[in-house]
Amino acid sequence: MTALSAPAVRRARRRQRRSGRRLVGWAFVAPFVAVFGFALIGPIGYAIYLSLYQNKLLGGNSFAWFANYSQALSDPNFWSALTRVAEFLAVQVPIMLGLALCVALAIDSARLYGARIFRLVVFLPYAVPAVVAALMWGFMYGNQFGLVSDISKFTGIALPNPLGQHLVLASIGNIVTWEYLGYNMLIFYSALQAIPAELYEAAALDGAGSFRVVTAIKLPALKPAILVATIFSIIGSFQLFNEPTILKQLTPDTISSYFTPNMYAYNLSFSGQQYNYSAAIAILMGVITMGIAYIVQRSVARRLAQP
Amino acid sequence: MTVTEQVAGSPSPHLALSSARRARLRHRQPRRRSIALTAVMTVMLLYAVLPLFWLLVNSTKTQTSLFSTFGLWFGGRFELWHNITQTLTYNHDIFLRWLGNTALYVVAGAGSATLLATMAGYGLAKFDFPGRRLLLAVVLGAAAIPSTALALPTFLMFSKLGLTNTPWSIILPSMVSPLGLYLIWIYASEAIPDELLEAARMDGASEFRTFFTISFGLLRPGIVTVLLFTVVATWNNYFLPLIMLSDPKWYPLTVGLSQWNAQSWTAGGQTIYNLVITGSLLAIVPIVVAFFFMQRHWQSGLTAGSVKQ
Repeated sequence: MTALSAPAVRRARRRQRRSGRRLVGWAFVAPFVAVFGFALIGPIGYAIYLSLYQNKLLGGNSFAWFANYSQALSDPNFWSALTRVAEFLAVQVPIMLGLALCVALAIDSARLYGARIFRLVVFLPYAVPAVVAALMWGFMYGNQFGLVSDISKFTGIALPNPLGQHLVLASIGNIVTWEYLGYNMLIFYSALQAIPAELYEAAALDGAGSFRVVTAIKLPALKPAILVATIFSIIGSFQLFNEPTILKQLTPDTISSYFTPNMYAYNLSFSGQQYNYSAAIAILMGVITMGIAYIVQRSVARRLAQP
Repeated sequence: MTVTEQVAGSPSPHLALSSARRARLRHRQPRRRSIALTAVMTVMLLYAVLPLFWLLVNSTKTQTSLFSTFGLWFGGRFELWHNITQTLTYNHDIFLRWLGNTALYVVAGAGSATLLATMAGYGLAKFDFPGRRLLLAVVLGAAAIPSTALALPTFLMFSKLGLTNTPWSIILPSMVSPLGLYLIWIYASEAIPDELLEAARMDGASEFRTFFTISFGLLRPGIVTVLLFTVVATWNNYFLPLIMLSDPKWYPLTVGLSQWNAQSWTAGGQTIYNLVITGSLLAIVPIVVAFFFMQRHWQSGLTAGSVKQ
């Protein structure tokens, strides 16, 4: 107890420097905050502002409270677009995540020949731009020099048109599944790799078979990853834009200008010059998407908390 | 859970396993490989490769053989090189211009996004300052906002400011990556011990010097992962440039290719299917090559990120 001990000196210096370090912390964060404020918070604020006004031919620009929002909620085009993406989500997301889960479990099972090649190649489509993916599949779907027409000609069986009224949504679902299957597989696979080996040892000692290992160890460990993947997929479905927009060039008649909410908002802005109404729809879709993601997160988190 | 509890509770004869056996168990190697499973998975593999193979095959065909030969195999004259030169030179080398634009947007946009997210994530993880918690909450909330939902509001504001139809209208929004900040924040909390920073301070190193010489290296796997995600997002971006840019001179590849495609399907437009197909092939080659080369880095970063979740 003679002089100050080393840790005490360090603590004193730390206290001395704390005020300086506070500014240093801001210096690291400031560039991000500046761009974040300008390119993210700014546009949201401006869109909310726009969405509260109406621009009429007579009377000009006037504050309209929530008139644009109530107009959207009673707009059949908006509802048609919203129910279409909801339908898409209900079918495509479970199929894609189910397949991704099976592939991840298969690669993780150590029973595959060349597991590394499978992992890499199944992930590859994620690197392909959505535009190129839609172009490739669109050409293959097409009836001019597409694969479907080739097969029809070859076998003599008339296959249904993938770009027809009934199948077009499923065809888009196939493109999206192709693009993101590998990405979701990799999320699941990474979570599987993080399972401590002791759990497998214990299961082997207990004589648990592969199926039991999957249900008792792997699937419970995957729950948080499945939650994350589900939320990202829900967000992606509600924001559907690229694939239907590209396919629309091939079949302008089957894909309407209000096929998805994003396409509707886009067309309102660019063909209709209805910026205020379009801003309201963009904000509304953002709120709906985040709301549903939040509900899913809450309900799953509650189920996770249960023993 | 029950499995582990039982093992922990009972000193069973199983524990007398030889250490070699246990080591093998740990690596899960002794499983028999299954031909049936590999066969089933090969179907998935073919599904992933099918459109890419179609693209490769058809980029070797002339416009007439596209219509007259079977889509999944080579046919007619082999015209890949001719298609490539035609793609690159069509309409006064506009494809090369688009490629350069895409490169500019990726380097400036994704590069800055990664640098800003890394600095900010590190700052939030390793320093205490007023407003830190609020900032973290706002950024994490923003991470849940999909970029397509932001595109239209950003366009509306940028057109008011007269920024549309300039490279800035693409670069500025690409510079923000809340998700990247989140990944680095988690990674920095784990990978950089406070004691190390304290030691550097004791040695008199400035905070920025410490960041660039010590922390940057420790964060590398996280940084590569964020870089990969931002590069893919910028390279593949379509909605934002579609609405921001009206002058084809500033188009990235995605918008340019879709415009060629639209032109081909429009009555009266010049049909250039072979250029759309070859251009698509050229657009994915660089990013696929980058994926293969950066494989080890991004896979380790992704694993680290998922452990925390």
